[in-house]
Amino acid sequence: MKKTYRFQHKHILGIEQLSVTDIFHILDTAISFKEISSRPIKKVPTLKGKTIINFFFEPSTRTRLSFEIAAKRMSADTFNIAASTSSAQKGETLIDTACNLEAMNPDIIIIRHGSSGAPGLLTRYVNAAIINAGDGTHEHPSQALLDLMTVREHKGTIEGLKVAIVGDIAHSRVAHSNILGFTKLGAEVNVAGPATFMPPHLDSLGAQVCDTVVEAVTDADVVMALRIQKERQDDPLIPSLREYAQFYGINHSLLSKYARPDALIMHPGPINRGVEMNPDVADGKGSVILEQVTNGVAVRMALLYLVMGQEGGRAEA
Amino acid sequence: MITILQNGRLIDPVSGVDEKGDLWIEDGFIIPGRETIPEHSQVFDLQGKWIVPGLIDMHVHLREPGEEYKETVESGTRAAAAGGFTAVACMPNTIPVNDCASVTQLILEAAKSKGSAKVYPVGAISKGSQGTGLAEYGELKEAGAVAVTDDGLPVLDSQLMRRAMEYAGSHDLLVMSHSEEIALSRNGTMNEGVVSTRLGLRGIPVAAEAIMVYREIALAELTGQRTHIAHVSTAAATDLIAQSKARGVQITAETTPHYFTLTEEAVGDYNTNAKMNPPLRTEEDRQAIRKGLQDGTFDAIATDHAPHSVIEKELEFDQAANGIIGLETSLPLALGLVRDGVIDAMRMVELMSSAPARILKVEGGTLAAGTVADVTVIDPDKEFVFTKESILSKGKNSPFIDWKLQGKAVLTIMDGRITHNELS
Repeated sequence: MKKTYRFQHKHILGIEQLSVTDIFHILDTAISFKEISSRPIKKVPTLKGKTIINFFFEPSTRTRLSFEIAAKRMSADTFNIAASTSSAQKGETLIDTACNLEAMNPDIIIIRHGSSGAPGLLTRYVNAAIINAGDGTHEHPSQALLDLMTVREHKGTIEGLKVAIVGDIAHSRVAHSNILGFTKLGAEVNVAGPATFMPPHLDSLGAQVCDTVVEAVTDADVVMALRIQKERQDDPLIPSLREYAQFYGINHSLLSKYARPDALIMHPGPINRGVEMNPDVADGKGSVILEQVTNGVAVRMALLYLVMGQEGGRAEA
Repeated sequence: MITILQNGRLIDPVSGVDEKGDLWIEDGFIIPGRETIPEHSQVFDLQGKWIVPGLIDMHVHLREPGEEYKETVESGTRAAAAGGFTAVACMPNTIPVNDCASVTQLILEAAKSKGSAKVYPVGAISKGSQGTGLAEYGELKEAGAVAVTDDGLPVLDSQLMRRAMEYAGSHDLLVMSHSEEIALSRNGTMNEGVVSTRLGLRGIPVAAEAIMVYREIALAELTGQRTHIAHVSTAAATDLIAQSKARGVQITAETTPHYFTLTEEAVGDYNTNAKMNPPLRTEEDRQAIRKGLQDGTFDAIATDHAPHSVIEKELEFDQAANGIIGLETSLPLALGLVRDGVIDAMRMVELMSSAPARILKVEGGTLAAGTVADVTVIDPDKEFVFTKESILSKGKNSPFIDWKLQGKAVLTIMDGRITHNELS
């Protein structure tokens, strides 16, 4: 007899923990929720009475808003804490703050934190479900899931696709989660950028490091550019944004010459126009950047729903 | 009173003795055995156990003065005695830094009144370990310091390091180097490699250690002064040390049980008890360290015992303090090397007692009659689980908690006084 699949994760810490079946289940669930956002009354009672805390230690506009909209469309009560208004400023430890939140019995804590592994640390101290909304340079699972959802909607499948990711891979949790997600589902991931942007042993995550952007985008079905941070004071990674744009920026002529004509153009935002991506590409044919944002709400609704174990009792960790 | 350790396996690297026999102790000294056992003697039958010169850990942090909530001379030396150590050399990164005679004296007084092991203070290379200007080595030496180091804070200025070696030589003090090129390791939290990429943690490359180890070798060659490389973690540094020794540079080196036992994989899921500096490296490095212990590249096994409280360790990985405790697990882990055939028992005792005594120019390290009675009795077969509750150090920050270990000090004697006894 076929064993019934059941989503088993209480916490969403990263793509690393998810199986292929888990990922498809999340994406299928997200598709079923997507329609809610286009109704005149954008609200279902699914998470009525649930308390969800957005606990953000780093500035974020779209991810926080996306989670908040997702929660509210499911009728949950949401609360936002930013690091500047939390006890972190008063010297309280992350664990103490989390234990205090826990004492108010939230059902889900969505956390963004500058330290890799911080969401996992919380799971050892609180009973609430933890969803990682980006930790250090580790993972950003909901971003990768919304990217997978967007590509799947357009291409029908992920398997066999060629995905190019261009930019600062070493300091990007988005790249990390996307490399894991796309390769798990059978895509080929080629990354490019200056060597200063490449973490050691990137092949161990499943990505192939290309010497040039041309090599990475050749025959690509998906081209994703990452936001370039302004130069770091303590670590000279690139000489200037100007030079970066010249050698690694995604522009129309590069794509028309090398990528597949139906290539999807993606960016996790916010875009530095004219640096990692030219406006003619960001706004042009194949750009699905705003669809990514739309799908972000659906994916986050799915995650909130699944960690609450709505399919028959509360899921165990 | 006379104490007689009977029927043990006597191992003395200094004389080369490895044979079954008895060891007699009177008034704090090892004495020649006699025909008849005097009345009121204290006799231990040590069938199946090893009798070795008291173990010496040349690299520990006792945290006193200034951070007594982490460790004190009293608690740290109690942990040392339980681990089979009769002496430890303590690093100067206390609060205030041990850069003057008064701090050295304070530590020695605490050791004298409350210590369960001998304590050899190591002074700072630079004033306040600030990396500018020499500390007062003459006064430090007179007060009882045996070496100088800015451990924990590498000396970045090569000219300062050169002068430190020269000036330390004038006072017959050993210079110990924490070899780390900060520009490469800054903000790093673990070895740069596969695991750091998986966990999204900033890495510390092998080159950060190798570059500074090479600088110390070059400076030791330039100055002709004896120089000791602390806590070596990489194959690259091991190679450099082996090459320098081959051409006669006065370099000595230590490595630690965690580097010959664990790899970066121990960081696992952000385990802060596997975070230390230098970091745990790869299996290739671990094998090179073991080979270096075997072939003589390393002179000593030290622990870099670094107690911290939960305040420093139950944190986000990148926020947590570096360092782990080691005094109570060092001997069992070293005995693992003997069981694995990497080194023999004699070599282990050399690495953990005779060589540290010779490098630091302190007493002990031998079982010769007429020398001080610092003696450790080891039960090489005793199995135990290293539980958090059993730890005597104030710090419970060990990656070896709940490990099943084999081999243990069952009797520790310092100056003829029993400091640890778990013989029935």
